[in-house]
Amino acid sequence: MALKAGASVLRLTALRSTAVRLLSTHTRPEVEQNKTKNAEFPGAKAPYVTEMKFLNETSYDPIPIYRVLDNDGSVIEKREEPSIDKDELINMYKTMVQITQLDKILYESQRQGRISFYMTNYGEEGIHIGSAAALDPRDLVFSQYREVGVFLYRGVTVTELINQCYGNHEDSGKGRSMPIHYGDKQRNLVTISSPLGTQIPQAVGAAYALKRQPDNDRCVICYFGDGAASEGDAYAAFNFAATLDCPVILFCRNNGYAISTPTSEQYKGDGIAARGPSLGINTVRVDGTDTLAVYNAVKQAREFAIANNKPVLIEAMSYRVGHHSTSDDSTAYRSVEEIQKWANDESPLLKFKLYLESKGIWSEDAEKATLKESRDRVVRTMQDAEKKKLPHWKEMFEDVYYDMPPRIQKQMQQMGEHLKKYPDKYPLDKFQTD
Amino acid sequence: MKMALKSSPVVFGWLSRLPRSFSTSSALAAKPMTVRDAINSAIDEEMERDEKVFILGEEVAQYDGAYKVTRGLLKKYGDKRVIDTPITESGFTGIAVGAAFAGLRPICEFMTFNFSMQAIDQIINSAAKTFYMSAGQVPCPIVFRGPNGAAAGVAAQHSQCFGAWYSHCPGLKVVMPFSSEDAKGLMKSAIRSQDPVVVLEDEILYGAQFPMSDEALSKDFLLPIGKAKVERAGQHVTLVCAGRATDTALQAANDLAGKGIECEVINLRSIRPLDFPAIAQSVAKTHHLVTVEQGWPQSGIGAEICARIMESPSFFELDAPAWRVTGADVPMPYARSLEALAIPAKQDVVAAVTAVLGNKISAASSQ
Repeated sequence: MALKAGASVLRLTALRSTAVRLLSTHTRPEVEQNKTKNAEFPGAKAPYVTEMKFLNETSYDPIPIYRVLDNDGSVIEKREEPSIDKDELINMYKTMVQITQLDKILYESQRQGRISFYMTNYGEEGIHIGSAAALDPRDLVFSQYREVGVFLYRGVTVTELINQCYGNHEDSGKGRSMPIHYGDKQRNLVTISSPLGTQIPQAVGAAYALKRQPDNDRCVICYFGDGAASEGDAYAAFNFAATLDCPVILFCRNNGYAISTPTSEQYKGDGIAARGPSLGINTVRVDGTDTLAVYNAVKQAREFAIANNKPVLIEAMSYRVGHHSTSDDSTAYRSVEEIQKWANDESPLLKFKLYLESKGIWSEDAEKATLKESRDRVVRTMQDAEKKKLPHWKEMFEDVYYDMPPRIQKQMQQMGEHLKKYPDKYPLDKFQTD
Repeated sequence: MKMALKSSPVVFGWLSRLPRSFSTSSALAAKPMTVRDAINSAIDEEMERDEKVFILGEEVAQYDGAYKVTRGLLKKYGDKRVIDTPITESGFTGIAVGAAFAGLRPICEFMTFNFSMQAIDQIINSAAKTFYMSAGQVPCPIVFRGPNGAAAGVAAQHSQCFGAWYSHCPGLKVVMPFSSEDAKGLMKSAIRSQDPVVVLEDEILYGAQFPMSDEALSKDFLLPIGKAKVERAGQHVTLVCAGRATDTALQAANDLAGKGIECEVINLRSIRPLDFPAIAQSVAKTHHLVTVEQGWPQSGIGAEICARIMESPSFFELDAPAWRVTGADVPMPYARSLEALAIPAKQDVVAAVTAVLGNKISAASSQ
């Protein structure tokens, strides 16, 4: 055995040296040629280099932040000022004011135990209104949960929003979702879904469906936060949007916090925007406290997405001025001074108001009247909503399946018999009846 | 409840069983067709019928599907309707959900259902619940399909049944075809359903041939979701099964018939909605019940059937306690000999029927 093995090793060595000789004479000219040529691997077309170097976030300049308005409300570059007519500008501002009043009162109503949950939108009003105004009402919106301004701008009324939060029988969602999980099919607003990030691949899928329609002139916009961008679904969605060529605007609201987790702990590198070019997606970063910058970015993104059937990634930088939700007290993890700085110096409302004033279309009187009007509207609607009956108990069994299966029919019938037998044991007067 | 480990030590190697044709109830003047071709023709016919139907998944287009179920579809319908996706289950499942929201009817293929775990949030939290949570405004008509259950020699992460998992969730329909007729009729109904449907196919069955009646070959052949099929009539004991377990039950019924025991074999076809009336009717006749499934025993399909018997007048029809034959309560072993023992085999069912009819449950269920 030993001898045999030894002999074969010898043979192998002999073979190998022949092979090396052959190889070296054969390959030398090719190496010469490659010096000036790009590599053509299926996975990368790139130049060869002879210096080994790691790349990281400092290898590139940070992605700049596009803005139109200065903090004093003046337009920095005149050519960047969008042409939005006076009435729409005023409508945009009034809607922003309405968001703040809705937030203020509904937040308090949760604190008083009238509704189970609420999330405020402070600091991000410019993102909602700037983006909503740049879209077509037929564009499909997938929101995360902190985009109530988009709903208002689309024409969803304060009454409809509050009916949803109170889950009364006029809630188009039949009281089935927790507060603020709005949805409106007619206005192309997809019902909000709680698990973070799931809406992003869904938005891409919906964009794929739109693209298949002949002469498509609609796009999808999908909002998500800096925290949701860490979900695997976000990466999957970006990659699918790029590879399937979908007309979708991937809109990241980077407000600095995911509940208590600051972006410094959420990711390393240059934010969410940096992920766009790496996946072949047209990307822009904007000042989310600047309503006009958001407007311009979304307007152009929309045109590009529809004309080319391609996704666009927008990262709008802002600051979540309010707590994450009613389950959170953010002063436990950030200073009041920090919050105040953003609430006062970088307020999207203030900047936009100063802009309107500089154009001479807004006044202190108009401000006061709008504030009162939007506040009164919320208070009045809330009082009405509380008095409205709750949905019929039968609604509990509807819509599990398109056609109600016999097993559910039977349960509904049993419940009916039970309620008939013990009507005094249940607050049936609070519910709608047949 | 590990019937498999207590039964006689005869080992039926999977591979030795494969070339045999599977048992069927009727074969009158019918053409044979593989389950694979039956699924393929169902998808093909429905794609032809409705422009909104499309299929997406890993390797479904250029490669004709990892198990060749989508063979020829790319050529016929093009890459807008037969879509190869990057390898992200949560991603393409989410794409399917979004496309369904926007009016299309996606067929979402999982290379195997084992990988659907990466996307289960999209299936449970979005697909199954959105119709309800949108108050009936947004239906989500999707077919989630792919091979489920034990394959052969691919160990724990590739061999498991998700019938119990998906049938747990309201809003989903779950079907588990056995024969080629089942596969075609259920797939076509699934594609036309307004609800999301999970179609649990079986890798081992893909290549099995079954007779197809003229009716089943027609483009209008639909099987109702939620209706079971009596594969074999009998008066002594009811065997309830689905998918490949139906083959095990039919083999056992054949053997038992030689001993004068006539089994009524009920192929559930649908796990949710479950055709409990069919089971109750049979139990009223046989007064004995054995369930056969490949999945694990705890909270399984057999457990659900037994619970419904307990909660219904059918309980009083039983002359002996019901009995479950299930997969062994362990992750699937890789070794072929152990794998064969971990899945219900004919002799396990024969042993269960013998115990139930002899009213010797307590002796047999020492574990």
